Amino acid sequence: MAEEVVLLDFWPSPFGMRVRIALAEKGIAYEYKEEDLRNKSPLLLEMNPVHKKIPVLIHNGKPVCESLIEVQYIDEVWHDKSPLMPSDPYERAQARFWADFVDKKIYDLGRKIWSTKGEEQEAAKKEFVESLKLLEGELGDKPFFGGEVFGFVDVALVPYYSWFHAYETCGDFSIEAECPKLVAWAKRCMLRESVSRSLPDPQKVHGFVLELKKRFGVE
Amino acid sequence: MAEEVILLDFWPSMFGMRARIALREKGVEFDMREEDLSNKSPLLLKMNPVHKKIPVLIHGGKPVCESLIIVQYIDETWGHESPLLPSDPYERARARFWADYVDKKIYLALRTLRPSTGEAQEAAKKEYIESLKVMEGELGDKAYFGGERFGYVDVSLIPFYSWFYGLEVLANFSIKEECPKLVAWAERCMQRESVAKSLPDQYKLYEYLLERTKKLQAQ
Repeated sequence: MAEEVVLLDFWPSPFGMRVRIALAEKGIAYEYKEEDLRNKSPLLLEMNPVHKKIPVLIHNGKPVCESLIEVQYIDEVWHDKSPLMPSDPYERAQARFWADFVDKKIYDLGRKIWSTKGEEQEAAKKEFVESLKLLEGELGDKPFFGGEVFGFVDVALVPYYSWFHAYETCGDFSIEAECPKLVAWAKRCMLRESVSRSLPDPQKVHGFVLELKKRFGVE
Repeated sequence: MAEEVILLDFWPSMFGMRARIALREKGVEFDMREEDLSNKSPLLLKMNPVHKKIPVLIHGGKPVCESLIIVQYIDETWGHESPLLPSDPYERARARFWADYVDKKIYLALRTLRPSTGEAQEAAKKEYIESLKVMEGELGDKAYFGGERFGYVDVSLIPFYSWFYGLEVLANFSIKEECPKLVAWAERCMQRESVAKSLPDQYKLYEYLLERTKKLQAQ
């Protein structure tokens, strides 16, 4: 039976990138639909009436929402190829914990870095770096968070690498100087086609952030 | 071989209640240890260094943190004959979505409602009721969120019921009037031993909320 897979997405979204990576890891053909978030399509509103957000994965007409839920869904449905979650329940709980940590910290802190100034920005930068260092500690000497194999936590975190340049420029700091092992890990992930094809150009992301700053009146 | 199961918990915590219910659903013996959140134990700080929060499930000396992650771990480790999560990947994704909605919307609305007064309280009440109504819509005419069987979404939401009475008195509204079907569902769940044993007495909870409100107002 031919599977129909559609992804409602927005090119700079780290959440969308997670789903793109997961689909690519599994070699799934899908239709990518770019959403204009200031003019959401009837399809998006129909498929995600509760949150009205992207990404939304539509599999044979049925929607799956929330990026980490979508990644787990993809992993469970297309389970024969490139498993992203560990098989051991304890390891799975650890993977979910760290992906949840990324969700709790990175997006909001990153947003504060580009959208605030002065003390608020400094506080955000400090906590952002601390969070990345915690992740770096969790990575340790492993090639990937999953160990030898690229996995769930790697998928959850690596999209933010495309935003590092924007954060660094807006916040006037170097993420590589603070977290060299993490940046080395990100570059290692970028060698995977699933990742390099799913992440936008960091310069393009920076341009997008500058536009946002103008729009929100952030100097 | 039975390994030791410890739950670091705090009796009014809805998140702790989720873990208690899941363990009891699976018939797992556990040692529930009450934490004083103003004086956290060395064990808690060691087992959850990242967030320093309860609940923490310690299984054979290894910690699992974050209530929904704990519930999934419990489901994957014990009682495979009576799963909390559906077996179909799409239904699983739906269950995860709604548990996530409880965390994102209902809990957030509750946090806004608790310390508020006056006009802000009216707005917060409205938002809280609206979020409960969305869940009521999702429940529909089913006995449980999982259908015929008590499951993951039921576990994630039922702890909130223990707070209803206290909130109603302190904020002067009737949740039963606004969401009769949801309250009927809650009363159905309370007939399960795992739930009845895991939720604190609603009057005790009211007293706790009253004390907390007085402390907050004194600040």
